[in-house]
Amino acid sequence: MEQLFHMSALELGRKIRTGELLVRDVALSYMERIKEIDPMIHAFLALNEGRLEERITEVEAGIREGRYTGPLAGVPVAVKDNICTKGLFTTCASKMLEDFIPAYDAEAVKRMEAEGMILLGKTNMDEFAMGSTTETSYFQITVNPWNKEHVPGGSSGGSCAAVAAREAPLALGSDTGGSIRQPSSYCGVCGLKPTYGRVSRYGLIAFASSLDQIGPVGKTVGDCAALFEIIAGNDAKDSTSSNHPLENGEDLVSGGLQGMRIGIPEELADGIDAEVKKGILGAAQVMKENGAQVETFSLGLTDYLIPAYYIIACAEASSNLERFDGVKYGHRSKTAAELHEMYRKSRQEGFGAEVKRRILLGSFVLSSGYYDAYYLKALKAKALIKQEFDKAFEQYDCILAPAAPSTAPRVGVSLSDPLKMYLSDIDTVAVNLCGLPAISVPCGIDSKGLPIGMQVIGNCFQEKKILKAAAAYEALRGAFPVAWDTVGF
Amino acid sequence: MAKQYETVIGLEVHVELATATKIFCGCSTKFGGRPNTHTCPVCTGMPGSLPVLNKKVVEHALKLGLALNCEINQYCQFDRKNYFYPDNPQNYQISQLYLPICHDGYLEISVSGEKKNVRIHEMHMEEDAGKLVHDEWEDCSLVDYNRSGVPLLEIVSEPDMRTADEVIAYLEKLRMLCRYLGVSDCKLQEGSMRADVNLSVREVGSQKLGTRTEMKNLNSFKAITHAIEGERERQIELLTEHREVVQETRRWDDNKESSYGMRSKEDAKDYRYFPDPDLQPVVISDDWLKELRGLQPEFQEEREKRFQKDYGLSEYDAGILTQSRHLADIFEDVAGLSGYPKKTANWLMGEGLRILKEKGMEPEELSFTPEHLSDLILAVEHGEINHGNARLVFEQILEADVDPVAYMEEHGMKVITDDGALLTAVNEVLAENPNVVEEFHSGKEKVFGFLVGQVMKKMKGKADPGKVNEALRGRI
Repeated sequence: MEQLFHMSALELGRKIRTGELLVRDVALSYMERIKEIDPMIHAFLALNEGRLEERITEVEAGIREGRYTGPLAGVPVAVKDNICTKGLFTTCASKMLEDFIPAYDAEAVKRMEAEGMILLGKTNMDEFAMGSTTETSYFQITVNPWNKEHVPGGSSGGSCAAVAAREAPLALGSDTGGSIRQPSSYCGVCGLKPTYGRVSRYGLIAFASSLDQIGPVGKTVGDCAALFEIIAGNDAKDSTSSNHPLENGEDLVSGGLQGMRIGIPEELADGIDAEVKKGILGAAQVMKENGAQVETFSLGLTDYLIPAYYIIACAEASSNLERFDGVKYGHRSKTAAELHEMYRKSRQEGFGAEVKRRILLGSFVLSSGYYDAYYLKALKAKALIKQEFDKAFEQYDCILAPAAPSTAPRVGVSLSDPLKMYLSDIDTVAVNLCGLPAISVPCGIDSKGLPIGMQVIGNCFQEKKILKAAAAYEALRGAFPVAWDTVGF
Repeated sequence: MAKQYETVIGLEVHVELATATKIFCGCSTKFGGRPNTHTCPVCTGMPGSLPVLNKKVVEHALKLGLALNCEINQYCQFDRKNYFYPDNPQNYQISQLYLPICHDGYLEISVSGEKKNVRIHEMHMEEDAGKLVHDEWEDCSLVDYNRSGVPLLEIVSEPDMRTADEVIAYLEKLRMLCRYLGVSDCKLQEGSMRADVNLSVREVGSQKLGTRTEMKNLNSFKAITHAIEGERERQIELLTEHREVVQETRRWDDNKESSYGMRSKEDAKDYRYFPDPDLQPVVISDDWLKELRGLQPEFQEEREKRFQKDYGLSEYDAGILTQSRHLADIFEDVAGLSGYPKKTANWLMGEGLRILKEKGMEPEELSFTPEHLSDLILAVEHGEINHGNARLVFEQILEADVDPVAYMEEHGMKVITDDGALLTAVNEVLAENPNVVEEFHSGKEKVFGFLVGQVMKKMKGKADPGKVNEALRGRI
């Protein structure tokens, strides 16, 4: 059974289809493994145990009767805890939603269920996806499976750690400013942030509506492509969802590096940790040796990335989080005597420090007299940054960049200096501001034994290009080590 | 000498749109319904839910905007208005601030024959809030989200009105437009039309606007008129006493017939408006606008004139019939079928409006087959039914859309035209009442009516009174 956990999700799917593996065995083995491993990793917040048996029976029948024929039918999956799952706790890792059980499934979850995938449970995250380490979770600190002294990154730290620790073959994360790509890089797994509008946000508890995207986390580029194909596609329930045509999963990763033009922005590759830089340039060299044209170029306006991103993200968050008021659901203060006190106390008690900081920032930049100076200016900066990328994509098929300026920091060092933490998002936020697709792929291990991740960024709706490049690199790189094989627990 | 003051009034009118579903979800907009039964994750502000714009709302807004001679923002967007209140499940209302769908229009009103244009500043689309129910006994409040997400248009006028009569004329005209367009039923009592009155006073001749107050919770024309008169006097009194008018929102109390201050400008909220990132900008194509322009109906004034010209109706009759597009449509159908426009007008305005008033119904609620009323009118004209019975049948048509021909047969209302039966009855009555006949001959003309009545009784009411008269005169 040990072998089962190291199989890619596509391989699991194949073996289930051919009858080599049973849906039941796969699901129950993973559930057992979570129970064995997770007390060390703390990746999960809730397990889907109650309905597992019923779901296994349903999926078995579905596969037998030919209803579930896709490549991931019968494959288990973990879901980040800001994505609504009907009847299963969805807390956003916040005290505010400690007892919240949604009455409906997110569209992405529905689509996975319709393909016969099996929900294992909900994964830990930074509270309301605000943070880069998963340490702002109200419930627990998830540790990096490569070294438990280090963070898994964030905000989708639980999903990435779960895949890295082989507690789930696949997971869903969400990415507002790097929340899939950065923890994927810290945990040595692959994570795809799709083009804005590719995956329905219906049922994703909003952090910043214009930046949020749901995306897959997996062991391989192929696994990410397969899950991406399932969850992507137009949804009438999300007005920002696109109906841009989509290629199928296998086509998405086929082809090679031959003739591909790849640019590395100096501004993102400079001033970062030397070992990370070496990892990225090493990967670039491999791609160059195998037919790609790789060169560095200058990307303008990178100084404005972090300010523009935090103004827009916080502004939207301040409004999106207003619905958490103790009236309809979620935490309600027990000591409030009247309405306004109830609002104040419920939110004071229900939200953590980082969430409050961003609500305050966002409320400030939207307030009368500051709207033009901050929010409108940030929107203008965003439009100009997009133009910079448009120019770059006239030259290059893909952009190569680090997924983070360093490898995973130690637990307990990041939250004391929020500004420094915000600045570490420099490599990932541009993708969200411009709505671009990007995938993070492991490309090395530093001297501390922690994985290094590189990011392949594409132009809007060109997931195929980045998946193709990433898959080709992955094949050249060879199998990536497994977390505890290098460090162990 | 006492100073002369002029009242300056601008209106903010909310009109609830007559769409089948809400503005951002598929829930029903039907009035009533048990609390929280017309709801879903979207209109109850559930985490993760997203709004999707109902295109019909945009269509209604454009129709009214065109009727109000507005400029159309063919690229408009929705903004979030952020404020905490439990009737507002997201704690922000989706509305339009920066780029409203319509702006810079006007509405022509007429007060005692004087015509005047009231300018429209802007018109925007937004969502309604839910309803709070305060349970005094249990010391708790409950919220019903059935109304949450019902589409509204807010029409903001310039401060161009000077009297309560002008305000009422504006509201009546706006209501008429909305009803003609099928955009809203505009019932003040049910809240599907709500008017907030912004009022200030200034010395006659002054060009500078005085400090204004805004009055809310006005749910009848009577309340609006009284509120305007009361507020004008209150402000003039303050000014004559050299006290200041405070810019504030005042709430009208219908029972006390007075308003009281709710909140002043000092604690004005900062709504932190910003474009709603969950919704795409609304782009209105030239083609769509052109199509909607072509669909603008013939409005009341034109129709009133045409009714006078084409059907020979008086100005008064044409005016009444065209107050409701539906009533005017019925009139045209029935008049066309029967060929008796004047009689049709008489039936609809006399009996018709009387019955509606009795039942507390609006003309819009009339739903009968035009052929049925036409058949009834023809039967009367052909002497096949007497007037008394015809009124009963008319009532049945309005209530149950009965076929008058069948109904008359079934209930034996058809006038007997058989002269034999009538003559027999006349002879019998004359023979049975020799004293009365004698009184008639001695000059008491009045008793003739009694004899007619007796004949009608024998005929069980199924005789044409004219014919009875004639036969009796010839025999007596």
